Amino acid sequence: MVQPPGIYQGAANVIAALMLLLEFGMLRQALVRDQVRLYAAQSALLSVLAVVIAADRNLPDLYALAALSAALKVVAVPLVLRRLLRTDDSDEPAGVAGSYTLNPASAVLASIGLAAFGFFTFGAFHLNGPAAPALALAIAGAMVFVAFGLMIVRHDVASQAVGFFSLENAISLAALVVAAGLPLILETAILFDLLVAVVVFGMLIRAHHSRAESMSTGDLTRLRG
Amino acid sequence: MLAATFAILIVPLAAAVACLVMPGPAALRIAPALTVIAGITSFALVLALVPDTAHADLSYLSGYVRADAVSVIFLLATGFLYAAVAVYAVGYLRTHRDATYARRFYAGFNAFAWAMLAAPLMGSLALLWIAVEVTTIVSALLVAIEATPTKEGDGAAEAAWKYLLIASAGLGLALLATIFAYYAGAQVLGEHYNLAIAPLIQAGPRLPATPVRLAFLLAVLGYGTKVGLFPVHTWLPDAHSEAPTPVSALLSGSLLAVSFYAILRFYQVTAASLGTGFPRDALLAFGVASLVLAALYVFGQRDVKRLLAYSSVEHMGILAIGVSFGAPIALGGVLLHVMAHAAAKGNAFMSAGVFTVKYGTKQMSSMRDGMRLLPWSGPLFLLAVFALSALPPFGIFRSEFQIVAGGLGSGSYAAAAVLVVLVTVAFFGLSASATSMLLTPSPTAKTAAVRGEPSAWMVVPVLAGLAVLVLLGVHPPGELTDLITRGAAQLGTP
Repeated sequence: MVQPPGIYQGAANVIAALMLLLEFGMLRQALVRDQVRLYAAQSALLSVLAVVIAADRNLPDLYALAALSAALKVVAVPLVLRRLLRTDDSDEPAGVAGSYTLNPASAVLASIGLAAFGFFTFGAFHLNGPAAPALALAIAGAMVFVAFGLMIVRHDVASQAVGFFSLENAISLAALVVAAGLPLILETAILFDLLVAVVVFGMLIRAHHSRAESMSTGDLTRLRG
Repeated sequence: MLAATFAILIVPLAAAVACLVMPGPAALRIAPALTVIAGITSFALVLALVPDTAHADLSYLSGYVRADAVSVIFLLATGFLYAAVAVYAVGYLRTHRDATYARRFYAGFNAFAWAMLAAPLMGSLALLWIAVEVTTIVSALLVAIEATPTKEGDGAAEAAWKYLLIASAGLGLALLATIFAYYAGAQVLGEHYNLAIAPLIQAGPRLPATPVRLAFLLAVLGYGTKVGLFPVHTWLPDAHSEAPTPVSALLSGSLLAVSFYAILRFYQVTAASLGTGFPRDALLAFGVASLVLAALYVFGQRDVKRLLAYSSVEHMGILAIGVSFGAPIALGGVLLHVMAHAAAKGNAFMSAGVFTVKYGTKQMSSMRDGMRLLPWSGPLFLLAVFALSALPPFGIFRSEFQIVAGGLGSGSYAAAAVLVVLVTVAFFGLSASATSMLLTPSPTAKTAAVRGEPSAWMVVPVLAGLAVLVLLGVHPPGELTDLITRGAAQLGTP
């Protein structure tokens, strides 16, 4: 007989599903500032999930991690991105809206396919922590694939960077599900490493914008790998 | 050895910070000298670790910092190249009189070397991932350092963006691999397991199979992105081509190897858990695919640095195939290959850098009569190409001979034959390009530059690299042989 999920497991599944929906929102968003807001919201959900798991499994380290994650990903990273991209200005950088390699509908359809692939692939591994549900890991798998999809279907540097940061959120979700007990010092080091990466991404984005006067990667065609 | 180990983690970082905070005009004089001192000191410190680690593992800070035979071999490769390229950079940057550029370059250069030296010393898979990620962040900035604020023809910025995005995405997968490795370890070692490598290998037979298998595949794909394994190699030729030559030498000779080191650690865990069959098959597939791609792509390259970049893909493929053979002699060959490739590729890039300075272009079609115009760098480039092509008496001949012997000895006849054929194909491609640069007379005497080297600083480290290549090929020192033997045993014993 199938057991209904407990309140914590249910909450974790709902939060993971909301994070996936926000990932789709980023894919569809035309403005950089909206993408950054969705990223901040997704990161906030991640911190909430960390609190839920901390309470469920009595892991006090996770409270600290949730606070640190919120400070960095909900506040610092969006702030740094907005500052570097100057999205607080009324002018939206050119080259983001409509930067689809596929048309928007096809991009979303393709991403649904990717999400389904990721969901069933990760679900088939049957990995889950003592309390966190396997379903949340499958959703994290779906998010990983959609984040890759976002980096591929959008050809502007801002969306590609946001895609990478949301990929990191997907991996953090997977980590919360299967590695909630990972020592805080390591989690913290990984978070600060992300912050440095954000700054470098921002610097290169800004350099690209000042040179090309656009966020589009359409002119990055000189090198072919 | 405690002092030497921690000094390796401190010296390059201190040099990076010092270069960064140095007042402008001083950067032109002091930063190069400081970098040379830091490079040579770091290499000496790594050499000091060899005698001890040839017989025992070193572990500090509850295992967070750790040096064994395998890690010291990778440290030797990076340490030597750090010292050699630091000397080379003095000559390469003589034309750059901009103090801000010099400060940024040397700060980034030392920070890059620091991250590459730190990675093999990390005793935890999580810290190893962080160190490799830091190498990406710093080196992406170094690739972009010569970006120009013009719309047209700015390959450096384009290469840096592609490199950062692709490598970071790859490292995202590597982080996922690390998380699955934690999950596997926590099932046996408890929730507060800190991802230390040694206990994970010891717990191997008790680890759950699915997460270990998943972690290994994700690690090969994720770290393989930075190694340059097919099909996730696409950033590599662009970044190597567009970076300043000293950075290209470090990227190719050290960075790829450091990323391969991370794969080797996952290989050890997987072999201990599942046996060697699965990880060897996976590495063989990636290795052969990379070798095929590289052997074909060295033909038709017009940019000398891209040519050498594809040669790097080839050699990383050889490393993967060597590990897949599994025989101790092949594993010893792989470890020797790491060091010999660092010296040979460093030499090739440094000599090619002299050509680019002399001719003012990276296009091989514009480089003619190099043997006459560059009396030192011309022959040295040719010898570097011979070394990369595994001709005796250089170290790569010995290492590839061991790898092929290991393949034949372990019954992998087809893979060994494929390796020999593709290495030979790559040799023809490299040789054809090199001879056209070196021996084809200049079509017009007037376009030819004056005979002579741009700087002695750009020749001396190549001579040192040549000496290392001959030493590794003819008679590796006894303690180094012990180190390689111990490293091969560590890799080969699940």
